[in-house]
Amino acid sequence: MSASAVVGRREFIRTGAAIGGGLLVSLNVPLPGQTSDAFAAEEKDFAVNAFVRIGMDESVTVISAHSEMGQGIYTSLPMLLNEELQADWSKIRVEAAPVDKVYNHPVFGMQITGGSTTSPAEWVRYRKMGAVARTMLVEAAARQWNVEASSCHVEKGVVIHGATGRSATYGSLANAAAQLTAPADVPLKDAKAFTLIGKPTRRLDTPSKTNGTAQFGLDVSVPGMLTAVVARPPVFGGKVAKFDASKALKVPGVKAVEEVPSGVAVIAERFWPAKIGRDKLTVEWDLGPNAALSTEQMLRDFREMAKNPGTIAKKAGDPAAALKTAAKTITAEYDVPYLAHAMMEPLNCVVDLRADSCEIWTGTQFETVDRDRAAKVAGLPPEKVQIHTKLLGGGFGRRANPASDFVVEAVHVAKVAKVPVKVVWTREDDLKGGWYRPMWHDRFVAGLDASGNPVAWTHTIVGQSIIEGTLFESFLVKDGIDASSVEGAADLIYGVPNLQVDLHSPKIGVPVQWWRSVGHSHTGFSVEAFLDEVAHAGGKDPFELRRTLLAKQPRMRAVLELAAQKANWGSKLPAGVGRGIAAHFSFDSYVGQVVEASVEKNGAVRVHRVVCAVDCGTVINPDTVKAQMEGGIIFGLTAALKNEITLKDGKVEQGNFHDYQMLRIFESPEIEVHIVPSSENPTGVGEPGVPPAAPALVNAIFAATGKRIRRLPIRTSDLA
Amino acid sequence: MTSFFVNGKPVQVDVDPSTPLLWVLRDSLQMTGTKFGCGMALCGACTVHLDGKAIRSCVAPLSRAEGKHVTTIEGLSANLTHPLQRAWIELDVPQCGYCQSGQIMSAAVLLAENPKPTDKAIDEAMGGNICRCGTYPRIRRAIHRAAELASEGRAK
Repeated sequence: MSASAVVGRREFIRTGAAIGGGLLVSLNVPLPGQTSDAFAAEEKDFAVNAFVRIGMDESVTVISAHSEMGQGIYTSLPMLLNEELQADWSKIRVEAAPVDKVYNHPVFGMQITGGSTTSPAEWVRYRKMGAVARTMLVEAAARQWNVEASSCHVEKGVVIHGATGRSATYGSLANAAAQLTAPADVPLKDAKAFTLIGKPTRRLDTPSKTNGTAQFGLDVSVPGMLTAVVARPPVFGGKVAKFDASKALKVPGVKAVEEVPSGVAVIAERFWPAKIGRDKLTVEWDLGPNAALSTEQMLRDFREMAKNPGTIAKKAGDPAAALKTAAKTITAEYDVPYLAHAMMEPLNCVVDLRADSCEIWTGTQFETVDRDRAAKVAGLPPEKVQIHTKLLGGGFGRRANPASDFVVEAVHVAKVAKVPVKVVWTREDDLKGGWYRPMWHDRFVAGLDASGNPVAWTHTIVGQSIIEGTLFESFLVKDGIDASSVEGAADLIYGVPNLQVDLHSPKIGVPVQWWRSVGHSHTGFSVEAFLDEVAHAGGKDPFELRRTLLAKQPRMRAVLELAAQKANWGSKLPAGVGRGIAAHFSFDSYVGQVVEASVEKNGAVRVHRVVCAVDCGTVINPDTVKAQMEGGIIFGLTAALKNEITLKDGKVEQGNFHDYQMLRIFESPEIEVHIVPSSENPTGVGEPGVPPAAPALVNAIFAATGKRIRRLPIRTSDLA
Repeated sequence: MTSFFVNGKPVQVDVDPSTPLLWVLRDSLQMTGTKFGCGMALCGACTVHLDGKAIRSCVAPLSRAEGKHVTTIEGLSANLTHPLQRAWIELDVPQCGYCQSGQIMSAAVLLAENPKPTDKAIDEAMGGNICRCGTYPRIRRAIHRAAELASEGRAK
């Protein structure tokens, strides 16, 4: 899902006066098939459809079309815009955009934050918005002074006419600028002239995240609001058969207990009575068709399925023939489990539903979809529903839910509550609530030639489609292949002449969805772990084999080499410590990692150090790139060492951080991140750090112990 | 009615005294800087100080606070001047930011008891605080940096 399609679309720039004075600039990028008429019809709404608002008080408010979930976009987007606007950086504020077509993702055509696409997709639009605003402010000044705009320049939010020594601040020019017609096109700075892009820049949201003032969805309170928790079925697809609310209703503070489509809502004055009320509720469930689901059985089924090839996703050369004539063949199977996103802020949603309007406050990555689904439940046209996007206490994909589950449910609860209501998910609700990264099985066969190079590679993948049944199905599922199931495998970056990748997509009643790095979260692991096996089978150094196979991939090769060099690949390590390497291309970015790890006598794994190299094109904020790599590595290591969601008798067996554990500070390695300088367009950063971490770790464990890990999470019993 | 002090100010709350302090702070006193993460003292997002000691407010009943002083993230400093806040900002520790109130409150007790903690002391004191965004390397650096800032402050 690349964002490169952004360049070259017809764009329409509009400007106007802001409510309360000042300048607003808005850019409308029509979707394919839409015309500018759609925009004209919205002209009256123009006041809210803006990307930057310049106040007479010198405030500069950048409106973010994307959600901030930790990835730093509330700083990167203002950096892009202000690179051109040249306002005083200390005056910049950020505001979440309302739901409106104007804020649609330039590639996906809906308001969404995901796929590590925000910076790539907004690379042009936000700079252009800044340039339009600056051009108009300069023009306004030039007219006041009766001079040529070209004879003026800008410094930190002040327009200056050097020849006459006159100057005027943006704030003082905002109203005059708002009366001007926006320029049809604005040239953008050459990269050499950047003063902000590429410079380490402190995040604008950090102060508020160190004194408790940052407002997340769960922190929202509206007048007259009640709080609800919902008892949901213990098995996916279950339904309420009957319930007894008498004890729950006796809890002081509980106002109502009502059935909703997803279960039984206990509605109370505050969270605690709602939770106690739910504890006292008796619900009899009709468990439905999934009551026998077992991940142990699924594992056996997946392994059985993989014995036969699935639907062909990619075929090059003649892998069957090449395997027959190979000097040596090796086979290996890998398994990874269902994984929960486990954001630190459990799901929640506030809804104020009125006869003719519906206001929603939540942390979401999926505004347009949520709004449209909420409108259906509310029985209102979409334009009567507004979403206030709050800060997300982690997203990792979960808050872009294909069914808008946490929003839709909250609207249902608001319907029965008949007052504003906040639905809060407990940690258990969140972990047991489904929408996991699918469980995957990967089976490989490789054929090596006499000199140990792989000449044939077959890869059979088994796992549920996350795209089937979603609004992305029409363009991501083709000929029975969900592109996200085979990404990172069918487009194998290594040069192997005879290649086959095929896919089984079993239908299972466990709701699944994208999870940070999506399909790459399993293909990155299995491909890179298997390649290590191939290297050893052929008597090759794993780094050198990768280099050889990357002859036609100079960017990936440079990243791999940088990681190896910075990690002193090949140098001596303390006894018991092993070094593993992995590289993966995802979200248009190249990442290589070297892990140093050891294994204690009891089988416990210690990760000492991770060296990471990344090429993500032009870097907007280097410190954010580093932070995202650090976070991605910890996320990947956590999955490798700790996490699995299992089902028995249809029920999820994990419930909280004691049985769905997170890596903690004392388990966290030293991490070094090195960025490859690049002048290419920016590519993804939020997700590409994840895929190489797990394979680099298991490869390091092999180097340390000679034991191959082929199933995640790593169990101490595998290594003791 | 339970009477106690929050960030130096006396408060009285009329809710069931078995209610966890976390929910009293958030729902009754509208102080939402203290976060809900697990409800089982497993993640540390709800960490506050009770008479100077770090506690997990999600499992501490309101009754435990009777007559005592509770400090929350909102009370750490009036204007982001606490050495931890300065270090957190300098090193851009937070990503999503949700766990950071708890991280900072745990670190504040550590620094109060151990003005120059080693990596090992940091690991021990901060082991109860989960960060899903993986800011641990920066938290470690920021605690060292805060220790420096605090000692510079004392030297003045």
